[in-house]
Amino acid sequence: MGRMIYEFDFSSVLAEWPQFLDGAWLTIQLSFPATVLGLCIGTLCAIGRRSSVRPLSRACGFYVEIIRNTPLLVQIFLVFFGLASLGWHVSAFGAALVSLVINVAAYTCEIMRAGMDSIHDGQIEAAECLGLTKAQVYWHVILLPAMENVYPALTSQFVLLMLASSITSQISVEELTAVASHVQSDTFRPFEAYILVAVAYLALSLLMRIGIWAFGQIVFARRRKIKVMG
Amino acid sequence: MISSGFNINHLYFLLNGALWTLCLSLIAFIGGGVAGGVVALCRISPVAPIRWLAYVYVQIIQGTPLLVLLFVSYFGLSIAGLTLSGLVAASISMVIYVSAYLGEIWRGCIQSVARTQWEAAECLALTRAQRLRLVILPQAVRIATPPTVGFMVQIVKNTSLASIVGFVELVRAGQLINNSIFQPFLIYLLIAGIYFAMCYPLSAWSRKLEGRLQYKMRPQPNT
Repeated sequence: MGRMIYEFDFSSVLAEWPQFLDGAWLTIQLSFPATVLGLCIGTLCAIGRRSSVRPLSRACGFYVEIIRNTPLLVQIFLVFFGLASLGWHVSAFGAALVSLVINVAAYTCEIMRAGMDSIHDGQIEAAECLGLTKAQVYWHVILLPAMENVYPALTSQFVLLMLASSITSQISVEELTAVASHVQSDTFRPFEAYILVAVAYLALSLLMRIGIWAFGQIVFARRRKIKVMG
Repeated sequence: MISSGFNINHLYFLLNGALWTLCLSLIAFIGGGVAGGVVALCRISPVAPIRWLAYVYVQIIQGTPLLVLLFVSYFGLSIAGLTLSGLVAASISMVIYVSAYLGEIWRGCIQSVARTQWEAAECLALTRAQRLRLVILPQAVRIATPPTVGFMVQIVKNTSLASIVGFVELVRAGQLINNSIFQPFLIYLLIAGIYFAMCYPLSAWSRKLEGRLQYKMRPQPNT
Protein backbone atom coordinates (compact mmCIF):
# COMPACT_ATOMS: atom_id res chain seq x y z
CA MET A 1 0.00 0.00 0.00
CA GLY A 2 1.52 3.26 -1.13
CA ARG A 3 1.36 6.60 0.53
CA MET A 4 -2.02 8.06 -0.25
CA ILE A 5 -1.15 11.57 0.86
CA TYR A 6 1.67 13.15 -1.05
CA GLU A 7 3.35 16.18 0.38
CA PHE A 8 4.18 18.70 -2.26
CA ASP A 9 7.58 20.27 -1.93
CA PHE A 10 8.41 22.78 -4.59
CA SER A 11 11.39 24.30 -2.74
CA SER A 12 14.11 22.04 -4.14
CA VAL A 13 12.68 22.35 -7.65
CA LEU A 14 12.21 26.10 -7.42
CA ALA A 15 15.82 26.45 -6.28
CA GLU A 16 16.80 25.45 -9.81
CA TRP A 17 15.05 28.47 -11.32
CA PRO A 18 18.08 29.69 -13.32
CA GLN A 19 18.04 26.39 -15.22
CA PHE A 20 14.34 26.74 -15.95
CA LEU A 21 14.92 30.27 -17.16
CA ASP A 22 17.64 29.05 -19.53
CA GLY A 23 15.31 26.33 -20.77
CA ALA A 24 12.51 28.80 -21.40
CA TRP A 25 14.92 31.04 -23.28
CA LEU A 26 15.93 28.13 -25.52
CA THR A 27 12.25 27.30 -26.12
CA ILE A 28 11.79 30.90 -27.28
CA GLN A 29 14.95 30.69 -29.39
CA LEU A 30 13.44 27.65 -31.12
CA SER A 31 9.88 28.92 -31.45
CA PHE A 32 10.47 32.44 -32.68
CA PRO A 33 12.64 31.66 -35.73
CA ALA A 34 10.49 28.61 -36.49
CA THR A 35 7.37 30.81 -36.48
CA VAL A 36 8.88 33.46 -38.76
CA LEU A 37 10.51 31.00 -41.17
CA GLY A 38 7.46 28.71 -41.09
CA LEU A 39 5.20 31.61 -42.02
CA CYS A 40 7.43 32.64 -44.93
CA ILE A 41 7.96 29.15 -46.31
CA GLY A 42 4.35 28.16 -45.68
CA THR A 43 3.09 31.22 -47.55
CA LEU A 44 5.41 30.53 -50.48
CA CYS A 45 4.21 26.95 -50.48
CA ALA A 46 0.58 28.13 -50.51
CA ILE A 47 1.35 30.34 -53.51
CA GLY A 48 2.98 27.32 -55.14
CA ARG A 49 -0.03 25.15 -54.44
CA ARG A 50 -2.34 27.66 -56.10
CA SER A 51 -0.02 27.98 -59.08
CA SER A 52 -1.26 26.89 -62.49
CA VAL A 53 2.07 25.15 -63.12
CA ARG A 54 1.01 21.58 -62.46
CA PRO A 55 4.31 20.04 -61.24
CA LEU A 56 4.84 22.92 -58.80
CA SER A 57 1.38 22.69 -57.24
CA ARG A 58 1.69 18.90 -57.13
CA ALA A 59 5.07 19.09 -55.36
CA CYS A 60 3.74 21.54 -52.77
CA GLY A 61 0.67 19.38 -52.16
CA PHE A 62 2.86 16.31 -51.81
CA TYR A 63 5.07 18.03 -49.22
CA VAL A 64 2.07 19.18 -47.19
CA GLU A 65 0.46 15.73 -47.15
CA ILE A 66 3.68 13.95 -46.17
CA ILE A 67 4.38 16.28 -43.26
CA ARG A 68 0.82 16.51 -41.98
CA ASN A 69 0.39 12.75 -41.91
CA THR A 70 3.54 11.78 -40.01
CA PRO A 71 4.44 12.52 -36.36
CA LEU A 72 6.80 15.37 -35.52
CA LEU A 73 8.80 12.98 -33.32
CA VAL A 74 9.62 10.80 -36.33
CA GLN A 75 10.46 13.85 -38.44
CA ILE A 76 12.87 15.04 -35.77
CA PHE A 77 14.52 11.62 -35.54
CA LEU A 78 14.80 11.42 -39.31
CA VAL A 79 16.53 14.79 -39.51
CA PHE A 80 18.80 14.21 -36.52
CA PHE A 81 19.75 10.51 -36.63
CA GLY A 82 18.89 9.84 -40.24
CA LEU A 83 21.00 12.60 -41.72
CA ALA A 84 23.86 11.83 -39.34
CA SER A 85 23.90 8.21 -40.48
CA LEU A 86 24.12 9.44 -44.05
CA GLY A 87 27.27 11.30 -43.02
CA TRP A 88 25.67 14.74 -42.71
CA HIS A 89 26.08 15.86 -39.12
CA VAL A 90 23.82 18.55 -37.77
CA SER A 91 23.80 19.91 -34.23
CA ALA A 92 20.83 18.99 -32.06
CA PHE A 93 19.62 22.58 -32.07
CA GLY A 94 20.01 22.83 -35.84
CA ALA A 95 18.14 19.58 -36.43
CA ALA A 96 15.39 20.67 -34.03
CA LEU A 97 14.95 24.04 -35.71
CA VAL A 98 14.98 22.55 -39.21
CA SER A 99 12.40 19.91 -38.38
CA LEU A 100 10.16 22.41 -36.58
CA VAL A 101 10.27 24.75 -39.58
CA ILE A 102 9.56 21.93 -42.03
CA ASN A 103 6.68 20.82 -39.83
CA VAL A 104 4.99 24.15 -39.17
CA ALA A 105 5.43 25.36 -42.76
CA ALA A 106 3.19 22.52 -43.99
CA TYR A 107 0.38 23.50 -41.61
CA THR A 108 0.85 27.20 -42.38
CA CYS A 109 0.62 26.37 -46.07
CA GLU A 110 -2.80 24.80 -45.62
CA ILE A 111 -4.06 27.70 -43.51
CA MET A 112 -2.74 30.36 -45.89
CA ARG A 113 -4.16 28.51 -48.88
CA ALA A 114 -7.59 28.49 -47.26
CA GLY A 115 -7.22 32.21 -46.61
CA MET A 116 -6.16 32.95 -50.18
CA ASP A 117 -9.00 30.84 -51.58
CA SER A 118 -11.42 32.95 -49.56
CA ILE A 119 -10.45 36.10 -51.49
CA HIS A 120 -13.14 36.88 -54.06
CA ASP A 121 -12.17 36.95 -57.73
CA GLY A 122 -13.98 40.26 -57.99
CA GLN A 123 -11.46 41.80 -55.60
CA ILE A 124 -8.57 40.75 -57.79
CA GLU A 125 -10.31 41.92 -60.96
CA ALA A 126 -11.06 45.26 -59.33
CA ALA A 127 -7.42 45.63 -58.32
CA GLU A 128 -6.31 44.86 -61.88
CA CYS A 129 -8.73 47.47 -63.19
CA LEU A 130 -7.10 49.99 -60.89
CA GLY A 131 -3.83 49.31 -62.69
CA LEU A 132 -2.02 47.53 -59.85
CA THR A 133 0.91 45.39 -60.92
CA LYS A 134 0.77 41.67 -60.38
CA ALA A 135 3.05 41.92 -57.36
CA GLN A 136 0.95 44.70 -55.87
CA VAL A 137 -2.22 42.69 -56.37
CA TYR A 138 -0.65 39.69 -54.69
CA TRP A 139 0.61 41.64 -51.71
CA HIS A 140 -2.21 44.10 -51.03
CA VAL A 141 -5.28 42.26 -52.30
CA ILE A 142 -4.49 38.58 -51.81
CA LEU A 143 -1.78 38.00 -49.20
CA LEU A 144 -2.48 40.58 -46.51
CA PRO A 145 -6.30 40.21 -46.49
CA ALA A 146 -5.91 36.42 -46.62
CA MET A 147 -3.61 36.52 -43.62
CA GLU A 148 -6.05 38.80 -41.85
CA ASN A 149 -8.86 36.30 -42.45
CA VAL A 150 -6.93 33.34 -41.08
CA TYR A 151 -5.05 35.18 -38.35
CA PRO A 152 -6.76 33.31 -35.46
CA ALA A 153 -5.94 29.95 -37.06
CA LEU A 154 -2.33 31.01 -37.59
CA THR A 155 -2.09 32.12 -33.96
CA SER A 156 -3.26 28.72 -32.69
CA GLN A 157 -0.88 26.94 -35.05
CA PHE A 158 2.13 28.89 -33.82
CA VAL A 159 1.22 28.34 -30.18
CA LEU A 160 0.94 24.61 -30.97
CA LEU A 161 4.39 24.82 -32.55
CA MET A 162 5.84 26.33 -29.37
CA LEU A 163 4.27 23.53 -27.33
CA ALA A 164 5.50 20.93 -29.81
CA SER A 165 9.06 22.22 -29.43
CA SER A 166 9.00 20.26 -26.14
CA ILE A 167 9.52 17.13 -28.26
CA THR A 168 12.98 18.36 -29.27
CA SER A 169 14.07 17.45 -25.71
CA GLN A 170 14.25 13.91 -27.11
CA ILE A 171 17.31 14.77 -29.20
CA SER A 172 18.95 16.47 -26.20
CA VAL A 173 18.04 20.06 -26.96
CA GLU A 174 18.17 21.71 -23.53
CA GLU A 175 14.80 23.44 -23.68
CA LEU A 176 12.19 23.62 -20.92
CA THR A 177 11.11 19.98 -20.92
CA ALA A 178 14.70 18.73 -20.97
CA VAL A 179 15.49 20.99 -18.02
CA ALA A 180 12.56 19.51 -16.12
CA SER A 181 13.87 16.00 -16.65
CA HIS A 182 17.35 17.01 -15.44
CA VAL A 183 15.92 18.73 -12.40
CA GLN A 184 13.66 15.82 -11.54
CA SER A 185 16.55 13.37 -11.65
CA ASP A 186 18.62 15.67 -9.40
CA THR A 187 15.92 16.46 -6.88
CA PHE A 188 13.79 13.28 -7.08
CA ARG A 189 10.75 15.55 -7.38
CA PRO A 190 9.41 14.69 -10.86
CA PHE A 191 5.80 15.66 -10.14
CA GLU A 192 6.74 19.15 -8.95
CA ALA A 193 9.27 19.67 -11.74
CA TYR A 194 6.79 18.84 -14.49
CA ILE A 195 3.98 20.84 -12.91
CA LEU A 196 6.30 23.84 -12.74
CA VAL A 197 7.20 23.37 -16.39
CA ALA A 198 3.52 23.03 -17.31
CA VAL A 199 2.88 26.39 -15.66
CA ALA A 200 5.84 27.86 -17.55
CA TYR A 201 4.41 26.62 -20.86
CA LEU A 202 1.01 28.07 -19.96
CA ALA A 203 2.64 31.43 -19.32
CA LEU A 204 4.64 31.20 -22.55
CA SER A 205 1.56 30.36 -24.63
CA LEU A 206 -0.34 33.25 -23.06
CA LEU A 207 2.56 35.62 -23.78
CA MET A 208 2.76 34.32 -27.32
CA ARG A 209 -0.96 34.87 -27.92
CA ILE A 210 -0.68 38.42 -26.60
CA GLY A 211 2.43 39.07 -28.73
CA ILE A 212 0.86 37.75 -31.93
CA TRP A 213 -2.35 39.66 -31.21
CA ALA A 214 -0.39 42.90 -30.71
CA PHE A 215 1.51 42.27 -33.95
CA GLY A 216 -1.81 41.80 -35.73
CA GLN A 217 -3.09 45.08 -34.33
CA ILE A 218 -0.13 46.87 -35.88
CA VAL A 219 -0.09 45.08 -39.24
CA PHE A 220 -3.83 44.99 -39.81
CA ALA A 221 -4.59 48.59 -38.91
CA ARG A 222 -7.44 48.59 -41.42
CA ARG A 223 -9.41 46.02 -39.48
CA ARG A 224 -8.99 48.10 -36.35
CA LYS A 225 -10.47 51.09 -38.13
CA ILE A 226 -13.40 49.08 -39.47
CA LYS A 227 -14.09 47.75 -35.99
CA VAL A 228 -14.06 51.25 -34.53
CA MET A 229 -16.48 52.38 -37.21
CA GLY A 230 -18.74 49.36 -36.90
CA MET B 1 29.49 -6.52 -37.21
CA ILE B 2 26.87 -8.76 -35.72
CA SER B 3 23.98 -7.04 -37.38
CA SER B 4 22.72 -8.61 -40.54
CA GLY B 5 20.57 -5.72 -41.66
CA PHE B 6 16.87 -5.31 -41.87
CA ASN B 7 14.93 -8.54 -42.27
CA ILE B 8 11.39 -9.84 -42.23
CA ASN B 9 11.35 -10.34 -38.45
CA HIS B 10 12.08 -6.67 -37.99
CA LEU B 11 9.21 -5.77 -40.26
CA TYR B 12 6.93 -8.06 -38.30
CA PHE B 13 8.05 -6.39 -35.06
CA LEU B 14 7.35 -2.96 -36.55
CA LEU B 15 3.87 -3.96 -37.70
CA ASN B 16 3.19 -5.35 -34.24
CA GLY B 17 4.17 -1.94 -32.89
CA ALA B 18 1.83 -0.31 -35.38
CA LEU B 19 -0.98 -2.45 -33.99
CA TRP B 20 -0.30 -1.03 -30.52
CA THR B 21 -0.28 2.47 -32.00
CA LEU B 22 -3.77 1.80 -33.36
CA CYS B 23 -4.82 0.30 -30.04
CA LEU B 24 -3.66 3.35 -28.08
CA SER B 25 -5.30 5.64 -30.65
CA LEU B 26 -8.58 3.82 -30.19
CA ILE B 27 -8.39 4.09 -26.39
CA ALA B 28 -7.57 7.79 -26.70
CA PHE B 29 -10.37 8.42 -29.17
CA ILE B 30 -13.08 6.57 -27.28
CA GLY B 31 -12.05 7.76 -23.82
CA GLY B 32 -11.30 11.26 -25.04
CA GLY B 33 -14.53 11.32 -27.02
CA VAL B 34 -16.66 10.51 -23.98
CA ALA B 35 -14.80 13.02 -21.81
CA GLY B 36 -14.81 15.54 -24.66
CA GLY B 37 -18.59 15.26 -24.94
CA VAL B 38 -18.86 16.12 -21.26
CA VAL B 39 -16.46 19.04 -21.73
CA ALA B 40 -18.48 20.34 -24.70
CA LEU B 41 -21.73 20.15 -22.71
CA CYS B 42 -20.12 21.88 -19.75
CA ARG B 43 -18.82 24.63 -22.03
CA ILE B 44 -22.39 25.48 -23.12
CA SER B 45 -23.96 24.86 -19.71
CA PRO B 46 -26.49 27.45 -18.52
CA VAL B 47 -24.72 27.40 -15.13
CA ALA B 48 -21.92 29.96 -15.31
CA PRO B 49 -19.44 28.34 -12.83
CA ILE B 50 -19.56 25.06 -14.79
CA ARG B 51 -18.88 26.98 -18.00
CA TRP B 52 -15.90 28.75 -16.43
CA LEU B 53 -14.52 25.56 -14.96
CA ALA B 54 -14.67 23.81 -18.33
CA TYR B 55 -13.11 26.87 -19.97
CA VAL B 56 -10.21 26.88 -17.51
CA TYR B 57 -9.72 23.13 -18.02
CA VAL B 58 -9.54 23.51 -21.80
CA GLN B 59 -7.17 26.48 -21.56
CA ILE B 60 -4.81 24.62 -19.24
CA ILE B 61 -4.68 21.48 -21.38
CA GLN B 62 -4.36 23.40 -24.64
CA GLY B 63 -1.65 25.60 -23.13
CA THR B 64 0.66 22.78 -22.06
CA PRO B 65 2.48 20.29 -24.30
CA LEU B 66 1.17 16.74 -24.46
CA LEU B 67 4.67 15.56 -23.58
CA VAL B 68 4.57 17.41 -20.24
CA LEU B 69 1.08 16.04 -19.60
CA LEU B 70 2.46 12.59 -20.27
CA PHE B 71 5.30 13.06 -17.79
CA VAL B 72 2.96 14.48 -15.17
CA SER B 73 0.70 11.44 -15.38
CA TYR B 74 3.63 9.02 -15.61
CA PHE B 75 5.51 10.35 -12.57
CA GLY B 76 2.59 11.93 -10.75
CA LEU B 77 0.55 8.79 -10.45
CA SER B 78 3.53 6.64 -9.64
CA ILE B 79 4.24 8.71 -6.54
CA ALA B 80 0.59 8.36 -5.57
CA GLY B 81 1.46 4.74 -4.96
CA LEU B 82 0.36 3.34 -8.30
CA THR B 83 3.10 1.85 -10.41
CA LEU B 84 2.18 2.76 -13.91
CA SER B 85 2.97 0.98 -17.09
CA GLY B 86 3.68 3.11 -20.12
CA LEU B 87 0.35 2.13 -21.64
CA VAL B 88 -1.70 3.34 -18.66
CA ALA B 89 0.19 6.63 -18.37
CA ALA B 90 -0.05 7.22 -22.11
CA SER B 91 -3.76 6.37 -22.13
CA ILE B 92 -4.54 8.73 -19.27
CA SER B 93 -2.64 11.65 -20.77
CA MET B 94 -4.02 11.03 -24.26
CA VAL B 95 -7.59 10.89 -22.96
CA ILE B 96 -7.12 14.20 -21.13
CA TYR B 97 -5.49 15.78 -24.17
CA VAL B 98 -8.14 14.53 -26.60
CA SER B 99 -11.01 15.55 -24.29
CA ALA B 100 -9.87 19.19 -24.27
CA TYR B 101 -9.43 19.44 -28.04
CA LEU B 102 -12.49 17.41 -29.08
CA GLY B 103 -14.57 19.19 -26.43
CA GLU B 104 -13.63 22.53 -27.94
CA ILE B 105 -14.24 21.33 -31.51
CA TRP B 106 -17.64 19.94 -30.59
CA ARG B 107 -18.62 23.05 -28.64
CA GLY B 108 -17.96 25.06 -31.79
CA CYS B 109 -20.11 22.68 -33.83
CA ILE B 110 -22.99 22.79 -31.34
CA GLN B 111 -22.85 26.58 -31.27
CA SER B 112 -22.77 26.82 -35.04
CA VAL B 113 -26.26 25.33 -35.23
CA ALA B 114 -28.54 28.31 -35.92
CA ARG B 115 -29.87 30.05 -32.83
CA THR B 116 -33.37 29.94 -34.31
CA GLN B 117 -33.31 26.15 -34.00
CA TRP B 118 -33.03 26.50 -30.22
CA GLU B 119 -35.83 29.06 -30.20
CA ALA B 120 -38.10 26.97 -32.41
CA ALA B 121 -37.51 23.93 -30.21
CA GLU B 122 -38.30 26.02 -27.16
CA CYS B 123 -41.57 27.13 -28.76
CA LEU B 124 -42.48 23.46 -29.16
CA ALA B 125 -42.23 23.20 -25.36
CA LEU B 126 -39.30 20.80 -25.40
CA THR B 127 -37.18 20.66 -22.27
CA ARG B 128 -33.53 21.73 -22.53
CA ALA B 129 -32.40 18.10 -22.66
CA GLN B 130 -34.92 17.33 -25.38
CA ARG B 131 -33.92 20.39 -27.38
CA LEU B 132 -30.31 19.33 -27.24
CA ARG B 133 -30.92 15.65 -27.98
CA LEU B 134 -33.65 15.89 -30.60
CA VAL B 135 -32.95 19.16 -32.39
CA ILE B 136 -29.45 20.50 -31.87
CA LEU B 137 -27.19 17.44 -31.60
CA PRO B 138 -28.40 15.67 -34.76
CA GLN B 139 -27.51 18.79 -36.73
CA ALA B 140 -24.28 19.38 -34.83
CA VAL B 141 -23.08 15.82 -35.46
CA ARG B 142 -23.16 16.41 -39.20
CA ILE B 143 -21.08 19.55 -38.87
CA ALA B 144 -18.74 17.84 -36.40
CA THR B 145 -17.88 14.77 -38.44
CA PRO B 146 -15.19 16.22 -40.77
CA PRO B 147 -13.17 18.01 -38.05
CA THR B 148 -13.48 14.99 -35.76
CA VAL B 149 -12.08 12.66 -38.40
CA GLY B 150 -9.38 15.25 -39.06
CA PHE B 151 -8.48 15.28 -35.39
CA MET B 152 -8.12 11.50 -35.40
CA VAL B 153 -4.99 12.07 -37.49
CA GLN B 154 -3.59 14.15 -34.63
CA ILE B 155 -4.43 11.38 -32.19
CA VAL B 156 -2.65 8.69 -34.21
CA LYS B 157 0.43 10.90 -34.65
CA ASN B 158 0.56 11.96 -31.01
CA THR B 159 0.53 8.39 -29.73
CA SER B 160 4.16 8.40 -30.92
CA LEU B 161 5.00 10.28 -27.70
CA ALA B 162 4.12 7.14 -25.71
CA SER B 163 7.45 5.76 -26.92
CA ILE B 164 9.16 8.24 -24.59
CA VAL B 165 7.75 6.58 -21.47
CA GLY B 166 8.79 3.20 -22.82
CA PHE B 167 5.56 1.91 -24.27
CA VAL B 168 6.43 -0.28 -27.26
CA GLU B 169 4.34 1.21 -30.05
CA LEU B 170 5.53 1.94 -33.56
CA VAL B 171 8.30 4.44 -32.78
CA ARG B 172 9.62 2.52 -29.77
CA ALA B 173 9.63 -0.68 -31.81
CA GLY B 174 11.68 1.14 -34.43
CA GLN B 175 14.10 2.42 -31.81
CA LEU B 176 14.60 -1.09 -30.46
CA ILE B 177 15.37 -2.43 -33.93
CA ASN B 178 17.64 0.52 -34.57
CA ASN B 179 19.59 -0.32 -31.42
CA SER B 180 20.47 -3.67 -32.89
CA ILE B 181 21.07 -2.96 -36.58
CA PHE B 182 21.74 0.81 -36.53
CA GLN B 183 20.17 1.94 -39.75
CA PRO B 184 18.25 4.97 -38.49
CA PHE B 185 17.51 6.52 -41.86
CA LEU B 186 15.92 3.37 -43.24
CA ILE B 187 13.99 2.60 -40.07
CA TYR B 188 12.61 6.06 -39.41
CA LEU B 189 11.67 6.38 -43.06
CA LEU B 190 9.81 3.10 -42.80
CA ILE B 191 8.07 4.25 -39.61
CA ALA B 192 7.09 7.50 -41.30
CA GLY B 193 5.69 5.44 -44.18
CA ILE B 194 3.60 3.30 -41.85
CA TYR B 195 2.25 6.40 -40.06
CA PHE B 196 1.43 7.90 -43.43
CA ALA B 197 -0.45 4.76 -44.43
CA MET B 198 -2.52 5.04 -41.24
CA CYS B 199 -3.12 8.80 -41.34
CA TYR B 200 -3.55 9.65 -45.00
CA PRO B 201 -6.82 7.72 -45.45
CA LEU B 202 -8.22 9.59 -42.43
CA SER B 203 -7.11 12.94 -43.86
CA ALA B 204 -8.59 12.14 -47.26
CA TRP B 205 -11.83 10.95 -45.66
CA SER B 206 -12.10 14.11 -43.57
CA ARG B 207 -11.61 16.24 -46.68
CA LYS B 208 -14.24 14.29 -48.57
CA LEU B 209 -16.75 14.66 -45.74
CA GLU B 210 -16.05 18.36 -45.61
CA GLY B 211 -16.64 18.74 -49.32
CA ARG B 212 -19.93 16.91 -49.06
CA LEU B 213 -21.00 19.04 -46.11
CA GLN B 214 -20.15 22.26 -47.92
CA TYR B 215 -22.26 21.13 -50.85
CA LYS B 216 -25.21 20.43 -48.56
CA MET B 217 -24.81 23.67 -46.62
CA ARG B 218 -24.76 25.75 -49.80
CA PRO B 219 -27.82 28.00 -49.88
CA GLN B 220 -30.41 26.32 -52.05
CA PRO B 221 -32.31 28.43 -54.63
CA ASN B 222 -35.77 29.42 -53.47
CA THR B 223 -38.50 27.68 -55.36
